[in-house]
Amino acid sequence: MTAIVELWNSLHPMLQAVIKGLAVIGVIFPLGGASSLVERKVSAWMQGRPGPNRALPFWVAWVPGISLLQRLGVFHLLADGGKMFFKEDSLPGHVNKFYFLLAPVVAMIPALTTVTAVPLGAYVDEAGRVVPLILANVDIGLLAVFAVSSLGVYALILAGWASNSKYPFLGGVRASAQLISYELSMTLSVIPVFLWINVPGGEGTLSLAKAVEFQSQPGFLGGMWFIFIMPIAAIVFLVSLFAETNRLPFDMAEGEADLVGGFHTEYGAMKWGLFFVAEYAHMMIGSAVFILLFFGGWNPLPWIPLSLVVGWLGAVSPVLTHPIIVGLLSLGIFVGKVLFMIFVFMWVRWTVPRFRYDQVMKMGWQKLLPLAIGNLLFYAAAIAIRDLQLGVAYWAALAVVTVAATWAIFANPLQKPAL
Amino acid sequence: MADFVFYTFALLTLGSALAVVLNKDAVNAALCLLLSLVGLAGLFVLLDAALLAFVLLLVYAGAVVALFLFIIMLLDTTPGAQKPFGKLSAAAAVLGGALLVVGAHTVGINTPATGSAAHVAPSLKNYAELLFTTYLLPVQIVGFMLLIAMLGVIVLSKRFSEAPETGVGRLEAGKAP
Repeated sequence: MTAIVELWNSLHPMLQAVIKGLAVIGVIFPLGGASSLVERKVSAWMQGRPGPNRALPFWVAWVPGISLLQRLGVFHLLADGGKMFFKEDSLPGHVNKFYFLLAPVVAMIPALTTVTAVPLGAYVDEAGRVVPLILANVDIGLLAVFAVSSLGVYALILAGWASNSKYPFLGGVRASAQLISYELSMTLSVIPVFLWINVPGGEGTLSLAKAVEFQSQPGFLGGMWFIFIMPIAAIVFLVSLFAETNRLPFDMAEGEADLVGGFHTEYGAMKWGLFFVAEYAHMMIGSAVFILLFFGGWNPLPWIPLSLVVGWLGAVSPVLTHPIIVGLLSLGIFVGKVLFMIFVFMWVRWTVPRFRYDQVMKMGWQKLLPLAIGNLLFYAAAIAIRDLQLGVAYWAALAVVTVAATWAIFANPLQKPAL
Repeated sequence: MADFVFYTFALLTLGSALAVVLNKDAVNAALCLLLSLVGLAGLFVLLDAALLAFVLLLVYAGAVVALFLFIIMLLDTTPGAQKPFGKLSAAAAVLGGALLVVGAHTVGINTPATGSAAHVAPSLKNYAELLFTTYLLPVQIVGFMLLIAMLGVIVLSKRFSEAPETGVGRLEAGKAP
């Protein structure tokens, strides 16, 4: 294992960066494709059908035990991918060719760029420090993710507009309105987390790795994941995430019941496939950020941080605490959590029916945004009271104000939801 | 290396900014503006002002230009329907250019040399501290200006109907005139 480390360290830093980047893309892209199969299987499971289980290339049919893979539908994935690459790549005559071809590319770029600021795991070095596995460990981590992923909206707008046809255009318009609306709630919902992390006298950071570090401290409050400390922020973030990734019940931009296929109606073959993979890549990055912020990142369980697990492994055998093994372990835990989140996305998709467009807008502006702002005000006050040690009277005042505000909002007959 | 990156971004910024002005198709112009903003963000990163770069991307590239496009597409402007330059826009260009020169000159005079005591590291904390202490008033004023603009848009675009019996002043979506 030392040989591997030495070989790696002997490489030029530029080459190292390129290899790391390609490795991450090389995992995300196929995972995005594989998610399509998982989506079909999960939907089948939810609806009590077997799902795709027929495809089997004849030249491997003799392999014993292959029928298990056949029943899992693995070869459908190959068939789907092959179809996507080899079918006729049509270009409708009425489109704006340049932007029509540009849109799928624009969809992929932000989807694969955001991952640079997302830590994917961690290892413990000789000095006992936890070092995150991340492509670009910048101080403004989360802001970089938000900024680059907000560029993803152009793919939808351009695709809808360049298609030069009614339904795609409506899809593009809906997408741009929806994505901009929910970005507000999403950004506001994470501010309490970073207010909590940036204790007075600290450096001041928006780094996602720091957020995980903060959730792996000893003690009751230190080891607590943020989902327990600020559940409302987590809910607002998750709902906005569904809206931002255009997933059901928020897939206004491509609702097949009213818009045929929405912004990608005119697309086919791999151009459509790129939109598809970009959507799943966005889901993965979004889930990763959600897990880093609220579900303890690469820590296996609340109050059981990675460093504790490393201690247990060290007690079994010192070989197991090698950085590569720990890195792989943390990566496994983290990716496992992300894949579970992807499952949650699918679970919701096949459980909750699609909203109407006016409901989406009402929910974003009249429900989520006030909730996010209220949540922010509450935690800003709570953190101020905690840090300034103002005492019980202030806590009681905060509790009274919170209860009164909640009552005023929910008990006011004039504010009954008009959905 | 740093020089090469700087010239690339500078060329991208200026070139696409020029294209914004000269383009007859509004959609092309908006997308060139987007490219220009991306180039500008790159320049900010080279200046170690990563925060500024990503805020620029988040607010202007991610939201403002998207709204521009939204409006352009809704209005369905036909390319080349209007003359690119009128007398008014020429005058505005001259005035804007003059203001730019004055501004650059003032900043050039007032900026202390790099490395002096007044030079503050562009960290997140320093930005926040300055925004909430020295520049609190300007930030608030800008915020109120945006709020006033927003209220103006609501007043202009919505038709206020009679208040319903619930007593709440309800905004009814006005029909397009």
